[in-house]
Amino acid sequence: MNVLNEWAFVGLFALMAPIFPALPIVIAWLFRPRKPNVLKSSTYECGVETIGDTWVQFRVQYYIYGLIFLVFDVEMVFLFPWAVAYNGMNLFGFIAGFLFIFLLTDALFYAWKKNALDWK
Amino acid sequence: MDELCTGLCKLMAEAGADVGLAQFVSLLVGVLLVSGVPLVTVILLIWVERKVAARIQDRIGPNRVGPLGLLQTFADMLKLLSKEDITPTAADRILYNIAPLVSFASVVLIWAVIPFTPFHYGVDLEIGALYFVAIASFGTLSIMAAGWASNNKYALLGAFRVVALLVSYEVPLVFALLAPVMLAGSMSLVDIVNAQTGMWFVVLSPLAFVIFYISSQAETGRAPFDLIEAESELVAGFNIEYSGMKFGMFFAAEFLHVFTNGILMALLFFGGWMGPLFYESPLIAFAWLGVKGTIIYLTTLWLRNTVPRLRIDQIMAFNWKFLVPLSIANLIFLSLALKILQELGMAPRDLIGASFAEVLPATIVMLLINLAMTVYLLGIMRKRGREARRESQAGAALARAGAAGD
Repeated sequence: MNVLNEWAFVGLFALMAPIFPALPIVIAWLFRPRKPNVLKSSTYECGVETIGDTWVQFRVQYYIYGLIFLVFDVEMVFLFPWAVAYNGMNLFGFIAGFLFIFLLTDALFYAWKKNALDWK
Repeated sequence: MDELCTGLCKLMAEAGADVGLAQFVSLLVGVLLVSGVPLVTVILLIWVERKVAARIQDRIGPNRVGPLGLLQTFADMLKLLSKEDITPTAADRILYNIAPLVSFASVVLIWAVIPFTPFHYGVDLEIGALYFVAIASFGTLSIMAAGWASNNKYALLGAFRVVALLVSYEVPLVFALLAPVMLAGSMSLVDIVNAQTGMWFVVLSPLAFVIFYISSQAETGRAPFDLIEAESELVAGFNIEYSGMKFGMFFAAEFLHVFTNGILMALLFFGGWMGPLFYESPLIAFAWLGVKGTIIYLTTLWLRNTVPRLRIDQIMAFNWKFLVPLSIANLIFLSLALKILQELGMAPRDLIGASFAEVLPATIVMLLINLAMTVYLLGIMRKRGREARRESQAGAALARAGAAGD
């Protein structure tokens, strides 16, 4: 199987994957009863009448985590090729990778000291 | 799979079919075969999950429908099929309906790269490990979509927590994943397994396995990280407004995800299909992988049913202040030790096909390093735990003194 065929397989898989869970939902759609009414299709929430709209401005608590995650996620993209090629490198390969990781770990400790890692 | 596709392709071309069409059909057959494995297992998994949970809680579990209650899942499916599907009028209809599909699809998609035996796999991508990380993130997206589209405060709060949790635990997960990738020198899952002929990676890098295990438990949202469905705090979490089959899909996805992670850990750290006589027949190889994956899967069920839920701030602190620094340190020590051993000629540069004797010196050194790190870490944890307890005790004493003063 050549590279193009491999990705064609993944592409076809990606197209098919949502169909598997969709199938039972569609079958259920054929059989299930349909008797909606205003009260039934109101928001359940916790069993008590819901107060106000949910789609208002929320304080997103994980904002800082998201930022730190982004730093590390981008770092990963660079670390994977480094790890794959690692066995072919000499000691310099380790030092280069170490410096790169060290710089980003530094950022993690800075965030730690600034109390950015505490869930408030 | 490769042989099957080309064989089928040739057969159809001989029968006079268009070459493009023949290729497409053979690919389609391959996709259906590979995706059939997770779809069939998930039916069994629901039964296993309930039976194991019941046994741990000193109950019997499903035992009425069929022998040992094996047909219970089918009965449940029939029930779910006949349930009325309620979409709240306030919900965002499109996202609300897409979310369960994405949730299940994201797990099934992982199986495209999972090799069942040395020669039977959907596709052996050169970047298999990275593909797994990328696809697993889709699950987070679906939960956020479900929580937001439900237009329900608890669902949204649950989704917020989940995104914070999943995003955070992805960092140590990927750092731990770098260990087998580095040892094998390849991201292809088949190569990673083949590199374990001499020694399983769980022996070469046990800490990476522990980190991977903990963070994949968090990624699937299982106890002690089950904030996704904190029933007592958030009613039910992101899926409160869902009913019928759509609700069922979220659960099927979760059950399948846990098992998928078990199989993945067996591949990455426990030598996959390696075992006595695995080269004799693909069936034996497949059985070894299944046995290893199932054992790891059962330990996650055990963990899920024994430990209590943690608070969100504890979970976050554990990840960012313990697991992430630990995974970075583990990576640095692993790479340093590996390089020094390679430069000294004590470890082979290519582990693929290396014998046990060749890997043994490296294994001993690695084990000693991991042992030293573990002892040091347990010391830190003990110290920090004692400090935290003392602080909270002092706080409680202060509160008591204040109350007595009034």
